[in-house]
Amino acid sequence: MMIGRLTQRASCALRIEARRCKSTAPLTSTQLPNLKRGDYSSLTDADVQHFERLLGAGGVLRDETDIAPYNTDWMSWYRGRSRCVLLPRTVEEVSAVMKHCFDRRLAVVPQSGNTGLVGASVPVFDEIVVSMRRLNKRFDFDPIPGILQCDAGLVLEELDTRLGEFGYMMPLDLGAKGSCLIGGNVATGAGGVRLLRYGSLHAHVLALEVVLPDKDGTVLECGPALRKDNTGFHESHLFIGSEGQLGLITQVAMTAVPKPNSVQVAMLGCDSFLDCCKVLGDAKRLLGEILSSFEMMDSETMRCLKENHGRHNVLSTPAAFNLLIETSGSSQEHDQAKLNKFLESCLEKGLAVDGVLATSVEQANTFWALRENATLALMDDGYVFKHDISLPLKHYYRLTEAVRERVGSLAKRVITYGHVGDGNTHLNVTASEFSQELYDRLYPFVYEWTTQHGGSISAEHGVGLLKKRYMPLGKSPAHLAQYGRLKRFYDPRLILNPYKMLTM
Amino acid sequence: MRVLVGVKRVIDYAVKVRVKADKTGVVKDNVKHSMNPFDEIALEEAVRLKEKKIAKEVVAVSCGPTASQETLRTALAMGADKAIHVEVDAATAEKMEPIHVAKILAKLIEKEKFDLVILGKQAIDDDANQTGQMLAGFLDWPQAMFASKIEPDGSTHLKVTREIDGGLDTIKVKLPAVISADLRLNEPRYATLPNIMKAKKKPLEKKTPADFGVEIKPQTETVEVSDPPVRQAGIMVDDVQSLVSKLREKGAIP
Repeated sequence: MMIGRLTQRASCALRIEARRCKSTAPLTSTQLPNLKRGDYSSLTDADVQHFERLLGAGGVLRDETDIAPYNTDWMSWYRGRSRCVLLPRTVEEVSAVMKHCFDRRLAVVPQSGNTGLVGASVPVFDEIVVSMRRLNKRFDFDPIPGILQCDAGLVLEELDTRLGEFGYMMPLDLGAKGSCLIGGNVATGAGGVRLLRYGSLHAHVLALEVVLPDKDGTVLECGPALRKDNTGFHESHLFIGSEGQLGLITQVAMTAVPKPNSVQVAMLGCDSFLDCCKVLGDAKRLLGEILSSFEMMDSETMRCLKENHGRHNVLSTPAAFNLLIETSGSSQEHDQAKLNKFLESCLEKGLAVDGVLATSVEQANTFWALRENATLALMDDGYVFKHDISLPLKHYYRLTEAVRERVGSLAKRVITYGHVGDGNTHLNVTASEFSQELYDRLYPFVYEWTTQHGGSISAEHGVGLLKKRYMPLGKSPAHLAQYGRLKRFYDPRLILNPYKMLTM
Repeated sequence: MRVLVGVKRVIDYAVKVRVKADKTGVVKDNVKHSMNPFDEIALEEAVRLKEKKIAKEVVAVSCGPTASQETLRTALAMGADKAIHVEVDAATAEKMEPIHVAKILAKLIEKEKFDLVILGKQAIDDDANQTGQMLAGFLDWPQAMFASKIEPDGSTHLKVTREIDGGLDTIKVKLPAVISADLRLNEPRYATLPNIMKAKKKPLEKKTPADFGVEIKPQTETVEVSDPPVRQAGIMVDDVQSLVSKLREKGAIP
């Protein structure tokens, strides 16, 4: 896959069939032979015994079969060779573990749900995996201010369900919700389909409890769980999107949002991207506060869904761009009236060539299933070059057009779908198998084009291993040096999640 | 041929239904409602008959509270030509039974000439599966329930394939007739925007049960509504040893 090519363009020694079976993913250290293991200690029996004393025998995994899923990422792109997975249950246990790892200079990979898409969650060499999944007891919710305080190891979907009983929900939603943990969501700076309406995690995180990889395993309480506090530096925000580089998040305090009583979903077909932009503008104006999602799928996406998954478009008129629009509000009457007015306006102005409105929850789910399955449908083509890019709206689709022209018939498909409401595009290029020629056509072109046009090469997924090489694009040396200083400040021995995100 | 389709506004199929604390019923406030799925199928079939030029007009009717209007608007957006709302207040709607609906529809059909009535086989809230049958009884019309296929057989009859326990049963019914739609009859269309816009201009008539000489007097009384018994929680064990000892405790293994 891509990663191998980041550091060596010439060699093609890798088998790159669609790697969905975890046991067949080649070792990351083999894929990246130029990456050298850092000057860390190796795990000894004494270390293991110490961990067993701290966490109990059930908190230390040593058997290869048990460890395997922790060594491989969700996409099966990367595989490490860790020989030890730790499962602490309390922040005290996390702190004691980190203190020991600092003393012994042992490298650690903090792991949350292991659903990340940039290889930041799994070891490269033999780093110890510290999994947060057993830190899942505390769940305190105050329904009037809507403030949730919970352990970092709770599953996002479970949090959503439990909040549902109070008439609330999590402010973020993503495809991995059944497996991702809130701590990892914060460490990634996860976005998702609700970001347009509710904002990013920066809008919701009030406080974090973080364990630092220092000589004391310091437990840092970043902020009180209050909506307003200006008594210090808002340090918790630094940890949002920090990718396990600065500390291990053990508790999260954040606001939840009221669960809408009325959710309406519509699909619109537009002939040009310019029309999509106008529809977005009108949606913001006419739907106002009830607009909750605005997603786009181009005609190539729809073709892929039909060919690979047998999923048909809900629009009977084929359109170049398919927009999925969702509103969420507290009053069905009010929302339907606004939505009908908006949809009428789109038709009358000729911005949409066709549209459908879901009249039941099942229909709404069918519309969403198209968007949610786009990622999976692509995998069936064989090989996928994935991207998660943020661009100013006027350039959003120009990248797709530029890539389409550039790769020509080398690619099977060039498709784009994404959170167009936030300017976030998931450009995907597929082929039946990996080809160096196609790779070379794409990189560094895609990343350079993005940066030249004022965009970001990773809107939500992060940097990890996958985009490490291109992370510096568009950043000044002074800025990058600052990141290095921050990293050393929080992680003086560089034991936390090494080899990723930053070149130290 | 004029076709009458009955539609009912029910709690949406995908919603998790909750029992009210006082056990008198289920929570309906602020809960998503939609057209009964079997009624969507019935309506779709009627519209297809019109598109095939077998039917000339499709009229949708609903007996229910004010909000039933939304359901009728959806019916119009799916292709019905006209809608009739037999309105009752919320309290009366709770007490309404299939027999009342059947009586109202029978009177409606006697007043205006319909050649075919298609209903959903049952509503997903009461699962009664009675209205169609009673209606056919009141009208003394032939009935073909649980239809999975409807074909014209000349201009006077219909050939209907029905889903029954033993398999499929195909019968020939003379028009006018009452048919109830089963799941596999068709896949209902989506309400497209152009049709939703057109639906706004289609006529929606308001009536009351009194207009049909029907009094809503329930024959049944709901004594209690309660949840099915809660499934006992399982327990998580930390390792194989604990699993084995727990199983032994419960007598599952020697």
